[in-house]
Amino acid sequence: MNAPIAALNPAHVSYVLRIADGSLILAQRLSECCGHGPALEPDIALTNIALDLLGQARLLLSHAGALEGQGRDEDALAYWRDASQFHNPTLCELPNGDFAQICLRTFFYVAWQAQLWTALSASKDAALAAIAEKSSKETRYHCEHLAGWVVRLGDGTADSHARMQRALNYLLPYTNELCVDDDIDLAAAAAGIGPLPSSLNDAWTAQVQAVLAEATLSLPASTPFRSSGRRGQHSEAMDYVLAEMQSVARAHPGAQW
Amino acid sequence: MYTQAMDIPNTDGPTAVPAINEQAREAEFNERAGRGEIVEAKDWMPEAYRKTLVRQISQHAHSEIVGMLPEGNWVTRAPSLKRKTILLAKIQDEGGHGLYLYAAAETLGTSRDQMLDALHTGKAKYSSIFNYPTLTWADIGVIGWLVDGAAIMNQVPLCRCSYGPYARAMVRICKEESFHQRQGFDLLLALSKGSEAQRAMMQDAVNRWWWPVLMMFGPHDKDSQNSELSMKWGIKRISNDELRQQFVDATMPQGELLGVTFPDPDLRYNEARGHYDFGAIDWSEFWNVVNGHGPCNKERLQARVDAWEEGAWVREAALAHARKQAARVAAAAA
Amino acid sequence: MSNNKEWPLWEVFLRSRAGLDHKHCGSLHAADGAMALQLARDVYTRRQEGVSIWVVRADHIHASDPTDKAALFDPMADKIYRHPTFYELPDEVDHM
Repeated sequence: MNAPIAALNPAHVSYVLRIADGSLILAQRLSECCGHGPALEPDIALTNIALDLLGQARLLLSHAGALEGQGRDEDALAYWRDASQFHNPTLCELPNGDFAQICLRTFFYVAWQAQLWTALSASKDAALAAIAEKSSKETRYHCEHLAGWVVRLGDGTADSHARMQRALNYLLPYTNELCVDDDIDLAAAAAGIGPLPSSLNDAWTAQVQAVLAEATLSLPASTPFRSSGRRGQHSEAMDYVLAEMQSVARAHPGAQW
Repeated sequence: MYTQAMDIPNTDGPTAVPAINEQAREAEFNERAGRGEIVEAKDWMPEAYRKTLVRQISQHAHSEIVGMLPEGNWVTRAPSLKRKTILLAKIQDEGGHGLYLYAAAETLGTSRDQMLDALHTGKAKYSSIFNYPTLTWADIGVIGWLVDGAAIMNQVPLCRCSYGPYARAMVRICKEESFHQRQGFDLLLALSKGSEAQRAMMQDAVNRWWWPVLMMFGPHDKDSQNSELSMKWGIKRISNDELRQQFVDATMPQGELLGVTFPDPDLRYNEARGHYDFGAIDWSEFWNVVNGHGPCNKERLQARVDAWEEGAWVREAALAHARKQAARVAAAAA
Repeated sequence: MSNNKEWPLWEVFLRSRAGLDHKHCGSLHAADGAMALQLARDVYTRRQEGVSIWVVRADHIHASDPTDKAALFDPMADKIYRHPTFYELPDEVDHM
């Protein structure tokens, strides 16, 4: 990008990669649902979200590759890193589960993205700010669409309520990770590249809790559980996600597609 | 083709013979349809016309949504993010096309649930082609190039079909589909310029798909049921054999560009006819697949049934929520 | 034909760009109006086909009966004086 940023390049690259990987892995999970939705219309709608996330991932991965300066493009980063080199929050890689879990997981993440994009529009990394600006529009729609589903299913039938509550109990602990700072975040924030995750916490919590309340769901007790995908320590699910995603590319090293 | 309904024995039972005054009306209708006049949803139409349309349009719709499955099989494994994006968008389009077609059929007084029920219980058919497995990444390219290529040949004339809602759906579909065949060819072009393994993968896919694709056009004209009536009504515009020939003629030079061969020793240009000759199609395979005994019939149908059954609680909850909301609004207004 | 388990049918109208009328573009099933609007966006504007969407429940539409077509519309055929071409003006009167 520009000279002052290059000085702390490794943290900068990691900071961008974390955001990129979140979009990529969640898009990968959502793409598994394509063709299997509860009805045609929501199937098409969910695929639109997957496509948007994939688009974000491609822009962010390309940008991270350019910052890194080692000639890695979006595909080199998507297909030729191992699980420990991915930095998405664990939330994004968990198996899909039922439609309640798919909607709630995606809602949690896009609501977090909404806060992130807003803060990133002030980034000193102009390319990153531009990606955030573009993404914030689609994310606003994703939030609205998915919040609609969380409310409908939470406040639908007894069965759907129970399913949504179960999804909430399972997923909420994985959101702890989203708003915890580490050295990379501190370095990036100090350099004006992006916000500290902790600074997004209040707005995210307010947005999410309003939706959960409308959905008549009850918040489970807080837990010390903390996932660690952003640090490269993933759940057992992650390696399977990558094994599938990378299988063709890795069977043909150096091939163009 | 996606509309093999035209050629497959009717399982709806016989249509009652119309009364005398109905016969006159029907003759007038046939004459109007024959002149190329457009029929709209609420216009009077012979019962047989309505039934034929529902069968053809719903089968076309089923083909679109079952057709999402073989390609969906590779979306998580697409070897580049660009290809993954394209494939996802394409499969999504097919869902959209299914939706437009179900909506067109619904104007004839059959609900989408009824049509889906016919699919799930095995009463309704869908295109034979989607009962073949996608075994490698190259299959995704070949489906775009050959399967979508064949489909487009059949679908373009349907944009002028006599039933307005169907014709309009087909106009939208054809517009959207124009990128589908191109992306398949583009995918294969990349393979053709790639490694030996990539080229072998492409050739293998062409070998497996070639004959099933030719079968998509349906039985020979002389063996095709209902074809004549459909032609008269303007539901079908060009015969199976004509379309098949057009397809083969258009495909040969493209295959040359890709550097692939076709698994047919009789395939060669016939100067006298000005067309390519090709070998005999194994119709026993076609009928086996149509009648449920193809390589993936059971899996495809099961995948649709599973999605539908697993989605039941979601559909029900959304309705329950809508009713609650409506009641709240009414209570607030009272 | 519809049962109480099926989401209602909605007709979708799109304004393709500012300055143009909304035009019917298709239908979809949705449980409620908010959902119908969102799904219309996802189903019918994937290629930027619109800048504004209306959704209307199909069963709320009152439509003319095709068998009344002659009674409703044929009587307009002889009202040629409503059309500008009915009037022949001298060449000097150019644009009127």
